[in-house]
Order: sequence, then structure tokens, then C-alpha cells
Amino acid sequence: MRISLFIACYNDALFPQTGKAAVRVLERLGHQVEFRPAQTCCGQMHWNTGYLREALPILRHFVRVFADAETVVVPSSSCVAMIRDHYLKAAAMDNDPALAREVKALLPRVFEFTEFLVRKLGIDDLGARFTHKVAYHPSCHSARSLHLDEIPLRLLRHVRGLDLVPLANAQECCGFGGTFALKNADVSSAMLADKVRCVLNSGAEVITAVDNSCLMHIYGSLHRQRTFVRAVHLAEILACSEDESGGESVLAPDQHYALAEHSARVATETAQ
Amino acid sequence: MKPEANSSPWNRRDFPEAAREALAAEPLPTAPFEHSQTRRNVRHATDIIQAKRNAVVAELPEWQALRSAGAAIRAHTLEHLDHYLLEFEANCVRRGGHVHWAADAADARRLVLEILAPHAPREVIKIKTMTSEEIGLNACLEEHGIHPVETDLAELIIQLGHDRPSHFVVPALHKSRGQIRDLFASAMHRPELTDSPEELAAAARSYLRQKFLTTPVAISGANFLLADTGGVCIVESEGNGRMCLTLPDVLVTVVGIEKVLPCFQDLEVFLQTLPRSATGERMNPYNSIWSGTPAGDGPREFHVILLDNGRSPILADAESRQTLRCIRCAACLNACPVYHQTGGHAYESVYAGPIGAILTPQLHAMHDAQSLPYASSLCGACYEVCPVEINIPEVLIHLRSQVVQQQQSTLTGSLGLWNIAMKSAAFLMQDGGRLGAAVRLAQTAQAPLVSRNGFIEWMPGPLSGWTKTRDLPALPAESFRAWWRRTRSAQPATPAASEPHHE
Repeated sequence: MRISLFIACYNDALFPQTGKAAVRVLERLGHQVEFRPAQTCCGQMHWNTGYLREALPILRHFVRVFADAETVVVPSSSCVAMIRDHYLKAAAMDNDPALAREVKALLPRVFEFTEFLVRKLGIDDLGARFTHKVAYHPSCHSARSLHLDEIPLRLLRHVRGLDLVPLANAQECCGFGGTFALKNADVSSAMLADKVRCVLNSGAEVITAVDNSCLMHIYGSLHRQRTFVRAVHLAEILACSEDESGGESVLAPDQHYALAEHSARVATETAQ
Repeated sequence: MKPEANSSPWNRRDFPEAAREALAAEPLPTAPFEHSQTRRNVRHATDIIQAKRNAVVAELPEWQALRSAGAAIRAHTLEHLDHYLLEFEANCVRRGGHVHWAADAADARRLVLEILAPHAPREVIKIKTMTSEEIGLNACLEEHGIHPVETDLAELIIQLGHDRPSHFVVPALHKSRGQIRDLFASAMHRPELTDSPEELAAAARSYLRQKFLTTPVAISGANFLLADTGGVCIVESEGNGRMCLTLPDVLVTVVGIEKVLPCFQDLEVFLQTLPRSATGERMNPYNSIWSGTPAGDGPREFHVILLDNGRSPILADAESRQTLRCIRCAACLNACPVYHQTGGHAYESVYAGPIGAILTPQLHAMHDAQSLPYASSLCGACYEVCPVEINIPEVLIHLRSQVVQQQQSTLTGSLGLWNIAMKSAAFLMQDGGRLGAAVRLAQTAQAPLVSRNGFIEWMPGPLSGWTKTRDLPALPAESFRAWWRRTRSAQPATPAASEPHHE
């Protein structure tokens, strides 16, 4: 299958390792991955902040760039939620039946990354190996808009060596909410404090999700508090495999180093 | 009609500022633990109600169908509101009731005073009603020498403590048993009281029983109006409502025009969804439905005041009309992670929580409470639990767009930091090349902010809101698109992959 990767603007700039991981997983499955450099953003930040008119040209651009793509895969559930829940509304708001037709034609071909693997390809074992204690945070859009339900957990349960630990109050928002984190920084921080407490109580070394936005938020606090827990996008966990020893590491140097250091510490403690 | 500027007893600060206080970010010098205790109480109470709600909702396999039925009935009623209100009026009058129409809060208060005048009561007993809060009725009655006695236990706690409700089903949810004991001990002169629930309930009961037996006038709200019978429905847990509805000679019901249902049979949906959503009960202990003044039973004089007070303009807006489907169950408050943190007072509004964040600004025609549509992370928990499927996040975004358009219509707003930042970002995000160039520029420009650990720990201006409590990863040296170009440039670009034309 020819897959067009929509990386999402913030992943492009801040988390390129997630894109690399998604490419690696999809190519390992024998698919052809393309990246259209004209792509930018889904328009979510503008739309959700109330800048609807400003979001219009951005989402028009998205539709134009991917109009003829066979399949669009997105390693960010909130972007897919934006596309599915709001693009048709935007077309109606702008009285643009042509745009509405294009959106309707495109929608069935846009998938969130894990949803694509499990629902479209029917695969839940990627042959991945990741020997760490992992907690999964079901981001709000992945759970309440895309209804991914068990999909990410099914993928995680098939990862060799991965110890999946439950996360208390998992369904509660981490407090990111895009510009909410700035406009209501105090409330956002209080929500984050609760989330981080649950993450730490879970005993996980790694917190994962299908959205780097939430992970950036959660890790922002974990890092500020100098905890040992690291945040890793689910695609990066799935890209870790034992049969590929060479090649570029998908983990950022910071994450990789911290995990290795932590594994060594755990090993020493266990030995004692 | 024009919204009334000063009808609200609430001093309306912006949400972030009020929330900051509620979060005890700055403890009050006089009561350093008050907000901490409040937050703990709110979290505890909402957790309990939420758990009960989830358990009784899970019992009904047809829950989603009930939600859709409730939404459909309410939507249909709103589409034909004029018809059903007139039908209600005709049937209510036929059975001996009096129906009055109030355009706004001042109108409603004047009507109440006119109805009470011939009876010259010194006291009136009240059933918990948010509509009364909305029109500031208690303060108005006090001004005219009439003392309103709240008979709902939680409302009584609020009244005795000169407090404000923080939740519209459980108004005193922010109070702990210990706090209520202290309040009752001083207000009812009962120093011997302990904080056992039985003792506190008994104290309230003996205080209120005298009022029920001696007060000739009662004021209520309503959960539903029934167009086909002219009936009025109130559901409650304590029985105080039943007392108020049956013992006095005169009953005045103040109710929002959106509360009407086409027929009695529609209750089959809402008497299932409302109690399960509101208090986690399968059925309310007391369900009262009355119509007019049947001989030998209940009040001799019965008035209904139908209140608009900003509802008609909401009805006119196709995007946000769904707001008026609300049956005031407050499930969205109990599910809301923002409400969990701040409690209800931070909304500085009669209606708190997610529904308050969309209802209050609209009731004030978006002249007021403009920070409320932003008091949400759009997590969608409210929509998920709403028994009439109000898509609150969707309405929040719609209202945000109205706030943005208002701001952009002024010079200071259009030159404001947010507007300029969002406009610039929108410009960059219409072109892959432009965005790539901006990212490359930022990779260099961020250098002074990046700590040796590779994270940004301080940012200026509005961005400081992030770095006050959170680190931000620095932009890596190579973006994904740059990596792709470097490693995959051998691949021929497809025609569609190149920059499309801009018209």
C-alpha cells in the first residue's frame, strides 16, 4: 500500500523521532511510505482556540495536499479528530460544497497510526521488543473522539518484554488542551499534577500515548521534577525490534540514555 | 431583548483569576487552609457521585438509546417552543393555574412581588431552584422585607453560611461535614451538635419543620413543564419539596421557558436519565407532578412565571441552540477535570462547570463572562456523560469564535499578542516551505532559552504560563522534513508531493 505520512506540525519540529519510527514500522510491513513536503498542519490549534476563519485556509491546504493520496496515516489522534469532527463543519461554515465533497472523499482514507495498524491492516503484533515497565495514557481525542478503545493496549500487549502497568484515572485529561495550557496555566498545571501523581504511582518507567502533545505536557512536569520516568510515543515502542540491531535509534538521545541508565540501575538493585 | 447588566449577584472576574484563588495558589491570609479543604471536598464528592452514576448507567443496556431519545425530544420541543409553551399555558389555566411571562430577570422579580403583595408574607419557603439564583430573587425579597427560607438541606447550608452554591444539584458540595457542623452549631444555637450525618440532618429537620407548618407561601422552580396536561414536575431527594408543594396556600413556580416537554409520556425517558445522571440513583425518592389547583388538595393559588432572560437569542443560534436541551443534571460538572480542580465558585456564575461555561456567556449575550468558553481543555468528558447529548466542546469552540471575532473588531484586540501570534501562525501553516523555514529559524533563535539539559525552563510573556510548572523540549537540530530530505532525497517526488498552486 502506498501510505502518505501526515507527520503533524509539532511532531515535525519537536518530535522527528516519532515520524522516523512510524516510517520504520510501516516500511517493515512492506508498505511504501511517502512524505509530501507541502504538508503543514491540520488547523486544530486555530480551530479550537476560536480562530475559525484563520483555520480555514490551513485545512483547505491539508485537503489539497492529500486529495489524491491513497491512504493518509497520522501519528497524532487529536489531528485525526480535528479532521473527522470539524472539516465538514468548516466547509459548511464557509458555504463551500466543493470543499465538503473533497473532505467527504478524503475522510475514509485518513487514519490514526495505531488505528491503521489494527483496524485497517488487522495486525496487532509488530514483532517489537521493549523491555520496560510501561503505562498507557489514553489521550482524550483517541478515547472520546476516535474511540480507539483497546487498540493501543492490544499493540502494547504484543510487545516482547514489555511490562504493561495500569494507570489510575487513566481516562482523565492531562490538562494540556492546546492553548488551554497557556490561557488557564494554573488549572492546567493542577490537572497535570494529578496525572503525574498517577503516572508515578503506577511504577512505570515509561509513559506512552498516541499523542506527543499530551506526552510533551506530562513529560514537561516529569522532567521539571527530575523523575526517572520518560515519555515515548507508542510508534517508537513499536519500532524497537530485536532483529534490527543496526540503523539509527528511534529514541531521542535523552530518552535512550535515561532508559539504559535506568535499566542498569534496576539490574544492579535486583542483583543485590 | 437586552441582557440585564447587574442582575447577577456574582462579581464576575475572569476565570483564570478566580481559578487561581480557588486552587489556593495564593492562600488567604485569614483562612490559609480554606481553599485546600474546599478542593479536597469537591474532589471527594464528585468522585463519589461520578462512581455512583457510572454504576447505575452501566445497568441500562439501552443507555445510549435513552440519551438519543432525550436529545431528540428536547430538540423537537425547542424547534416548536412557541407551540408547546402556549399549549402549556392553556392547559395550566384550564386547571386553575395562573401563567405569567417574564422577559428578563427584573420582570420576573416584579411579578413575584406582585403575586406576593396581597398575602403580605414575612417569610416564604423555597425549594432549591437555580432559576431563583439566576434572577437574584432572594436578595430582592429581603429588600422588600420578605425573608426567604431555603428548605433544601444543601441550600439551607449555603443560606446560613452566607455562601454561594458551587454545584447546581449539590450546592454545598464544597463543604465538609465538620464545616457544616460548625455552621449549624452557631446559626441554630446548638453547641452540642456533633458532625454525625444523622444529627446534622435531624437538626435541619427540626429547624425546618416549624417553617413548613407556619409559612403560607412557597416558591419553587421546576424540572419539567408538561404541555399536554399543564402539569409541573419536580424531582427531589429530601421531601422538603413535597412539603412546599402541598402545605402552603400559595405556590409560585419560576421556570425557564426551555423546560417544557410535549407530553406526560416523555417523562419515561427523563425520569430514567435525570436521576441516574444527577445523583446516581435509579429513581428520585420524591417525584411530584401537579397541575392547577384541584379542589381540596394543595395550594389554593398557583402561579407559573415563564422566564426568558436571554434564552430566546440562544434559540435563534442554530450552532448553540443545543445548550437549551439541558435538564440540569450536573453530570458534566462531576465528570469535568477542570471543575474537579476549581470547584464551582471559580466560574463566578450561577451555572458552573461545562454547561455553565456555555450557558452563562450566552444568557448574557456574550457581553460578559467571555473567559468561560476558554475554561475547558476540550477533553470531551462532559459530552460523553450528557444525558441529552449536548456537544459541549463544539459549543465552546463556537462561542470562542464569537469572542475572537469581537476582539478582532476592536483595535486593541486586533493588535493584541494572541491575535498577532495566531494570524502569523496561520500564515506559516499555509505553505510547507514557509513552515520549514520558520522551524529552521526557531532552531537557531531558541538558543538563549535552552538550558544545558536540552530543555527550555523559562519563557517570556504568555508562554511563561507553560514554563512556570513544566519544561519544554528544545527543538532538535533536524526536523522530520529535513531528515526526510537528507535521507530520502533520492526518491523522485510525485507530482502531488510538490507544492500545490495557490489560487
